[in-house]
Amino acid sequence: MTDVIIPVDTVVGVAPPLVTEEHVSHAHEEHGPSGILKWLTSTDHKVIGMSYMITSLALFYVAGIMALVLRLQLTSPNASVVSFQQYNELFTMHGSLMLYLFAGPFAFGGLANYIVPLQVGAPDMAFPRLNALSYWLYLTGSITMMLGFVVAGGAASFGWVAYAPLSSATNSPGAGGDIWIMALILTGFSAIFTGVNLVGTIFYLRAPGMTMFRMPIFTWNMLVTGILILIAFPVLTSALIMLFCDRHFGTHIFSVQGGGSPILWQNLFWFFGHPEVYILALPYFGIVTEVLPVFSKKPVFGYKGMVFATMAIAALSTGVWAHHMFTTGLVLLPFFSLLSLLIAVPTGIKFFNWIGTMWHGQLSFTTPMLFSIGFLCAFLMGGVTGVMLAAPPIDFFTHDTYFVVAHFHQVLFGTAVFAGFAGLYYWYPKMFGRLLSDKLGKWHFWLMFIGFWVTFMPQYEVGLKGMPRRVASYPPNLGWQIYNQISTVGAFIIAISFAILLWNLWISWRRPVLAGDNPWDAHTLEWFTTSPPPHHNYTHLPPIRSERPTWDYNHPEAPSIVGHGEGKRLEKAKLS
Amino acid sequence: MDSTPDRTPAPPRVSQRFGSAWRVVRSRRSLILIALAPIFLAGCQVPTFGAYRGATTQGRDAFKLWQGFFIAGLVIGGFVLLLILWAVFRYRKRSEEIPRQSQYHRLVEILYTVVPLIIVSVMFVFVVITENEVDATPKGQVQVQVTAFQWGWQFYYPATGKVVEGETTEAPQMVVPAGETINVSLKSADVIHGFYIPQFNYSRYAQPGTVNHFNFNILHNGVYRGQCTQLCGLYHSLMLFSVKAVNPAQFAAWEHNVPSNNATIGQLKARIKAGGPGA
Amino acid sequence: MKIEALFLIGVGIFFGIVGAVYWFTSYEDGGTMMLAGTCLLGLVPGSYYLFWHRRMGNRLEDRDDATIEEGAGVISSFPGSSIWPFVLGMGAFMTVLAFAFGIWFIFPAVGLILTALVGVTAESRRGGNV
Repeated sequence: MTDVIIPVDTVVGVAPPLVTEEHVSHAHEEHGPSGILKWLTSTDHKVIGMSYMITSLALFYVAGIMALVLRLQLTSPNASVVSFQQYNELFTMHGSLMLYLFAGPFAFGGLANYIVPLQVGAPDMAFPRLNALSYWLYLTGSITMMLGFVVAGGAASFGWVAYAPLSSATNSPGAGGDIWIMALILTGFSAIFTGVNLVGTIFYLRAPGMTMFRMPIFTWNMLVTGILILIAFPVLTSALIMLFCDRHFGTHIFSVQGGGSPILWQNLFWFFGHPEVYILALPYFGIVTEVLPVFSKKPVFGYKGMVFATMAIAALSTGVWAHHMFTTGLVLLPFFSLLSLLIAVPTGIKFFNWIGTMWHGQLSFTTPMLFSIGFLCAFLMGGVTGVMLAAPPIDFFTHDTYFVVAHFHQVLFGTAVFAGFAGLYYWYPKMFGRLLSDKLGKWHFWLMFIGFWVTFMPQYEVGLKGMPRRVASYPPNLGWQIYNQISTVGAFIIAISFAILLWNLWISWRRPVLAGDNPWDAHTLEWFTTSPPPHHNYTHLPPIRSERPTWDYNHPEAPSIVGHGEGKRLEKAKLS
Repeated sequence: MDSTPDRTPAPPRVSQRFGSAWRVVRSRRSLILIALAPIFLAGCQVPTFGAYRGATTQGRDAFKLWQGFFIAGLVIGGFVLLLILWAVFRYRKRSEEIPRQSQYHRLVEILYTVVPLIIVSVMFVFVVITENEVDATPKGQVQVQVTAFQWGWQFYYPATGKVVEGETTEAPQMVVPAGETINVSLKSADVIHGFYIPQFNYSRYAQPGTVNHFNFNILHNGVYRGQCTQLCGLYHSLMLFSVKAVNPAQFAAWEHNVPSNNATIGQLKARIKAGGPGA
Repeated sequence: MKIEALFLIGVGIFFGIVGAVYWFTSYEDGGTMMLAGTCLLGLVPGSYYLFWHRRMGNRLEDRDDATIEEGAGVISSFPGSSIWPFVLGMGAFMTVLAFAFGIWFIFPAVGLILTALVGVTAESRRGGNV
């Protein structure tokens, strides 16, 4: 156990950087464990965050290969690339891996774990050992999920949503379903503990002068995500335990025969499920809000609007769960339709703020910037189709078709993949002290961008023509094949772009190009420290007078002008 | 020391400050209002945007809503995309000069909060109107009871006791009269299935323990394919059916022709368990 | 701490209103209970923070003009490295495997969990690496 002491910093205003004393405790220079034991016992948020990112990216590639198999099967109407049972297992696991084991953990377990303490000027997360426990629960949960493939009867095959009564013991016997439930209980607790850590760190470990409204937007988004995790995941964990009891302990919570209600599962699941997709989206919105200002050389436009829009999105998202259940005939349609339509408003505010950030800026198109702009394009269309789905009469003929599949892939791919890679390329220099090749990054981006549209645009059309989702085969005489073939070609283009990413990671490691502390001339606090940051993150801190402490320190001649005519009053307050 | 140019004390007018963008916003707003007008037109000259026109009156109403939403989406999405592309091309880095570090513009922010709110509220009104049309269930001339099971469909006509059923690719056919109001009640014998007829622009869940009621008013004779949309197990992708709309007279003759060996759900499920298709 | 408190109380009030509207328009039990739970999730910690804010005033990170020097000194204790999260994680893993692969897994699982709990407590009391 080591105490951490914040050093005295004599830097004031525009004086040149000179640290006179460093009262950094020497206790943490002891020879701690090394090698594998170091990894097993580390409670450093940077090590844990890195472990999360590597594990989740590996699972991302595994789930991606599953997707390629699915697309191969669908290239012809009655293909036998895999059997019906294997197909059902593959899409269940593809969805489960992507949503439960990649998109969320990469964002809140990986990037947020690494970056949030740095952005608020803290030495570590609030509860370091709990943080480590989160990772071990996530790793073992992922292993448990993959164990589904080796048990008799195969992995779970009831879709990532596991609707009752299909997920009951009668309809889905075998250990695969139980393994799936257990894996999600582990990863669910992992997420809950991370949520606690995020909220605790952001509330309690900010550096002096970093008020709530001076936090970077990424940190704000992670705070809101943390609260959403605490709202949503306990509901999932409870529902999973109930499902397990139904399967094994003779309860009848979700089965009609015993007086239960199948639709209760859907209500419980989607009360988790809809906030879950915003848990997946908000961190990535935060990444984009970090990248765009840096490469436009301007501050975030409409900071407070962004904060309140994020809160509005999160609040509304908790009230719209039954828009996944419009076709049950058992939910209050106008309530959920109105709230779903309303989410478009704060999302639109965010979009206009992102555009406003770029407006009148000096845009440089590095790889993170390209990925962020790619996100804007992808999410724009995904969001518009989401508004369409919010109308029950439209949902009636698009629900459970490839239209919905295209919609959620657009929004999820746009956020978790495009914005996620923007974050990876943006923060990689901070984490490793070296740059990823920008040239290979551009190849990665353009191939992925093109592949993305080629894959998912035909899926909208074939969904409108009537092709349902989760089908292992389709009738040959309906004209659906050509759309599926184009979509498969797109999927392989995306696969090639992922290979380029691997090549980039490899080559940048072998032939490093050193990055320095702040290669992007970025704004937020984490860019003030070294790359990679030292143990306990900071040896000295700049004064914190705005949401851009590093920018203020490096560019005292260009402080933020708040609006019209207010510049002078606020500039005076900013210069301490 | 200050490298950014001094601003005049009086706040510049919005049109000066945002210039071309402000004009674009104003003209785009009127365009949106005009664009929503086609909902009231017959819709025949507006493109279908990929959806079916709807072979039932309910389907037609849903289709018109789809057209309205698609146009609104096209206009608004197109506008935002234009802004993004404009920013990307117009504000490319031209020099090392640090641009004006503006952080907010109250009027524009209020505008892009209030205007989307109004647009969304108007859209909601249309949603409610269409929803009431699509889900209205006045008593009709014909009743059909649909039961979904793993992995087929049963259509039961209580008026005469006629039963049509089939599993997977046998694709049972529900015969109904065109031009009359048909009351459908839908349930499931086991897991949740989805009763989906693309050309009717309609689907609904078949659930155990609860019955869903909805109406069809089919406009023209024809055969309309249907399929299960909600994952229901191994042969989910093979759970096909169709709806055949005929003249009322033909329908009456068909409905009264009840063979004596109608299978029951139980017998059918036993036959499936013995050796399913596609194994 | 005021903004944090108001944020959470705001969450509570929002879900209180939404829950009430949902109940009186749908009379559906499940959703209403979940919305009521979410309302409590905001109100309970939020009022706790508000109480403490009233009592202790602004902390350094709540003040606009706080300087880094004022924050000099010990922040908190951050355990540098610890084997117990790993052990606890393995215990949880085995508990879960017990449900799927055989109930005998529960014995090593409980052993690991108890060891970890004891170890973590001892570590916290002693204040050092194990």
